[in-house]
Amino acid sequence: MRKVKARLQNRRGAPVVQPLRDLRKLFVKEVRVAHGASPLFRAAPYVVFGATLLAAASVPLLGVTLPTATFADIVVVAGLLALARFFLALAAMDVGTAFGGMGASRELLIAALAEPAMLMAVFTLAMTAHSTNLASIVAYQLDDALALRPSYLFALGALCLVAIAETGRIPVDNPATHLELTMIHEAMLLEYSGRHLALMEWAAQIKLALYAALILNIFLPWGIAETLGAPALGIGLVAILLKLAGLGGALAVVETVLAKMRLFRAPAFLNLALLFGLLGLLSHVMLEVGR
Amino acid sequence: MNLTTLPLLQQLVLLLAAIVLFTSFVLLSQARLVAAVHAFAGQGALIGAATAVVAAAGAGHHLYFSALLTLVLKALLIPWMLHRLVRRLELDRHIEVIERPALMIMAAVALVIFSYWLVLPIVERELMFTRNIVATSLAVVLIGLLMMVFRQQAVAQVLGFMSMENGLFLAAVSATGGMPLVVELGVAFDVLVAMVLFGVFFFQLRESIDSLDVDRLDRLSELAEERR
Amino acid sequence: MIAAWVAATAAIGLALAAALAALGAARIPSLLRRLALPLFGLVGVAAATAGTLTLLGGGVDDIQLPLGLPWLPWRLRLDALAGCFLTLIGLLTAAVGIYAPGYVRGFEQGRDSLAMLGAGSGLFLAGMLTVVLAADAMLFMVAWELMSLASYFLVVFHHDQPASRRAAFLYLLMAHVGGLAILLGFGVLAAFGHGFEFAALRAAPLTPGWATLAFALALLGFGMKAGLVPLHAWLPEAHPAAPSHISALMSGVMLKVAVYGFIRFTFDLLGEVHWQWGVATLALGSVSALYGVLMALLQNDLKRLLAWSSVENMGILFIALGLALIFLGEGHAGLGALALVAALLHAGNHALFKGLLFLGAGAILHSTHERDLEQMGGLLRRMPWTGLFFLIGCLAIAGLPPLNGFVSEWLTFQAALQSWQLDSGVLRSLIPVAAAVLALTSALAAAGFVRVYGIAFLGRARSRHVRRARPESRGMRLGQGLLAAGCVAAGLLPTPLIGVVAAVPEQLLGTGLPQATARGWLWLTPIAPEVASYSAPALALALAVAMAVAAWALRRGALRRVRRGDPWDCGFGPLTTRMQYSATAFAQPVRRVFAPLFAVDAGVELEAPGRLRYRVVIGDRLWKLLYAPFATATDGAARRVARLQSGNVRRYLGWTLATLLVLLWIIT
Repeated sequence: MRKVKARLQNRRGAPVVQPLRDLRKLFVKEVRVAHGASPLFRAAPYVVFGATLLAAASVPLLGVTLPTATFADIVVVAGLLALARFFLALAAMDVGTAFGGMGASRELLIAALAEPAMLMAVFTLAMTAHSTNLASIVAYQLDDALALRPSYLFALGALCLVAIAETGRIPVDNPATHLELTMIHEAMLLEYSGRHLALMEWAAQIKLALYAALILNIFLPWGIAETLGAPALGIGLVAILLKLAGLGGALAVVETVLAKMRLFRAPAFLNLALLFGLLGLLSHVMLEVGR
Repeated sequence: MNLTTLPLLQQLVLLLAAIVLFTSFVLLSQARLVAAVHAFAGQGALIGAATAVVAAAGAGHHLYFSALLTLVLKALLIPWMLHRLVRRLELDRHIEVIERPALMIMAAVALVIFSYWLVLPIVERELMFTRNIVATSLAVVLIGLLMMVFRQQAVAQVLGFMSMENGLFLAAVSATGGMPLVVELGVAFDVLVAMVLFGVFFFQLRESIDSLDVDRLDRLSELAEERR
Repeated sequence: MIAAWVAATAAIGLALAAALAALGAARIPSLLRRLALPLFGLVGVAAATAGTLTLLGGGVDDIQLPLGLPWLPWRLRLDALAGCFLTLIGLLTAAVGIYAPGYVRGFEQGRDSLAMLGAGSGLFLAGMLTVVLAADAMLFMVAWELMSLASYFLVVFHHDQPASRRAAFLYLLMAHVGGLAILLGFGVLAAFGHGFEFAALRAAPLTPGWATLAFALALLGFGMKAGLVPLHAWLPEAHPAAPSHISALMSGVMLKVAVYGFIRFTFDLLGEVHWQWGVATLALGSVSALYGVLMALLQNDLKRLLAWSSVENMGILFIALGLALIFLGEGHAGLGALALVAALLHAGNHALFKGLLFLGAGAILHSTHERDLEQMGGLLRRMPWTGLFFLIGCLAIAGLPPLNGFVSEWLTFQAALQSWQLDSGVLRSLIPVAAAVLALTSALAAAGFVRVYGIAFLGRARSRHVRRARPESRGMRLGQGLLAAGCVAAGLLPTPLIGVVAAVPEQLLGTGLPQATARGWLWLTPIAPEVASYSAPALALALAVAMAVAAWALRRGALRRVRRGDPWDCGFGPLTTRMQYSATAFAQPVRRVFAPLFAVDAGVELEAPGRLRYRVVIGDRLWKLLYAPFATATDGAARRVARLQSGNVRRYLGWTLATLLVLLWIIT
């Protein structure tokens, strides 16, 4: 994705595996912890990473039936992400610099506004599929006859906007900035170094992948493996890679075209997401199931 | 009724109706006049498309003509006129201050639910499609009216009025297969004339009170007169 | 059943005994700490035992007391609903009993009356326990008023502070208006049922109109006690004014007694419910939840913040109750049972974590004499245990998995998601909107408690006395630990808990939740396994494993050493504690985004030449809108009536004569 973006900005860009290389490098680097940081500061990366990983494990990626999908439905996934965010924000406030608090405050505001929009989108899906289990929703999508559901269009819009806000991409946040006044997510990681930073960064990347997989597999489920056999999984792998590449390219284009907006424009952005969610729900109730 | 039991074309109409509803919301909350005019053009184009789809579903050939008329008139001609007006009135950089946008959106959502509640008593299974479409169109009409209530800018009020008309047209086309061609032509002509009149009216307004803020048109009220 | 009765009676008896014993504290101050408060612990244990036995036994039993009026003997009744709330009261009381001796020690040197504190809390407890057990309207009201009055004396405990006196007066006033509404509600039922026993009230043949009136009165009365917006004005004033362990009881338990009353009145006594009632309850609940959490986010006084958060949680609870009413009114008993269980579970959870947080706030207050968040910071190092328990409380109240707050919110979501089964399209679109409000609320609550914890326990101390805070005493630590353990246990093993609580809807509505526990203790499947399932133990285990593996994999490397350094200061020089993000600053974005809802008074003022001060005062806009006109009107009316008060004895006698004449005329 960075590659596409670099190309769009007339640069050659780093190779695709560069983020992984960065992580490996960070893992072997020395850790520096600020004076006066509490144990919570050092425990937080593990909690953040674990919760994000677990949330990602519950989202169907290659196949529909997952062993982990049964103990966490989509509301739990949202809860796990909230848990990760809670600890991230706490860790940011731990050292006692102004940046951490600022980042935490902004991130939580955006998350709080994104939450209802996300839930509305999820409700639209769940009310169609009569289930909040992700596996059931995806399976329902596969089995369902092809239908043009206006509600899905709106839900897709809402989820995309929420995903952009939650994963801190442009135009809500800029993952590459370190300018004091513009950063949100990065401000919270400012005091981290070495393996702690690596875990936090990794968690952020997993979160991005999670949202991507969620959007792709719910709205474009084709190609996902319905059984756990090797060939089906292989097809699933190819399909998801193609879909991810497409989405990544689209995101890169969006990020290149748009500029980061002011923090207080973000509520309007998320209101739009909420409006999408509401309309999705209403059009589901009004247009799709008359009784 | 389940969506999957409907023929594909009817599903398409529903989809288009839903997007029309969305453009109504965009119109309502768009503070920049030029962007609002674009949204209005989009709405017109969608309604034209919906009319074409209804025609393709076999409701009658004159609907194709009507779709074309809608497209030309509402998606091209009127927006073009409005656009020119806005530019000549030097309003294209104008950003209107909307009071309490969240309240306005919530009111609009409530209107959608209200219009759904209004049409609920129609319970016959065969009419389910019609009922849902009518609910959507009614919501578009009401939101248009709401827009006229909330906005102060005269141009924005005209947009609200036009979008009301769009809602009525959508209801007529998709619920009953369209009005007779004569009526439709008449309505289209009316809208066009109204548009021209509005244009003249804007300039008059502008000359007499040097603003397009309709809140200042209260000369007829004695109370307001006393306040001056 | 006999054992449960013995335990329940013992609990009430012990509470009264504790009240008596505390009277001695007027002479010997340490009596409260050494005798009365440990008795509270016993009260709690006895009440919890009685409740658990009733819940597990699953029976219903009535007894008639040899007390009361001649033609109106008092009755008691033990059933699953009462058992549920007895357990809840008992658990929190036990924890408070362990905690309080350490806490009240600070008052022994003070001028405040310890005897009043002890006697008041004893009567308060006895009142609450009796409300839950009462089986006729008369005893219910007597116990209810006992509870209200006793808690008034607890609120006014610090009576040398004007704010306390004002809060207590407001509380007394509103408690009485609420009590009146409840009394009238019972009156409507009694008029049709010809009797004051609950059995007679239950059988009362009500027309829908009268039933709606009775429901409205109950919603008003119990809602006022539960602090629903717009009837909440007393709550954020009164709860912080009381000593912290009493605040824990008031927020944790007394509000639940109001919920108990509402459930008893609506689900048990009224019988047939209408969905319109549910919509009203749902709307009130949503408004309370959102308004409560927003106000909580902006408070800088820790205890006030917790009190506002109680308003929020009551809102969540009433959202669940509203859902239950809607589902029942539409004839979906199973879903109604689900929503009711969600509400009951949230009641229990809120008692646990709000009790825990108030005790934690009390511990901070005890060690630092500070309630203002802006002065705190870095307390985790000074009070590690309180810090740990407070963190658990924050996680639970923010509704994060795998703790208990999440379970009840998840159940509420699941109930809301079943709204597609309803016939009415309007309801189908309204309920998800309420659910979205719930989502917004829980996300804002998470933000709010990050703010509390981050400011109070993390960072660096913002004032000198906070930097020198003493660790809490062992009893205080134990009391908090008990509640924290309760939070964790209820979060990790929700399924057995729900299996027990499901006895309540089974008795009230005739349907339990057989499918919720159908797949064993590991899985929680409220409707069906393929619809939604949640496994807290597996989730917690997986989380622990993931964290452990990550930690292990990373610590194996050569660079285990952690170097300490200064935080990044932009190259300007050392950071001071004044440069930290403050509580007000943290809340600023929210304040700005939701600006129309608050009556904010902010500005910069000149304190002394060269010293500027940023001032923010958050007012309750509803106060100006709803209460102030009332107050002015009452004031005006009182002034007019006061004209009667001329001071002339003969005129008074004249009034008496006139009244007598009118009365005689009415009688004949």
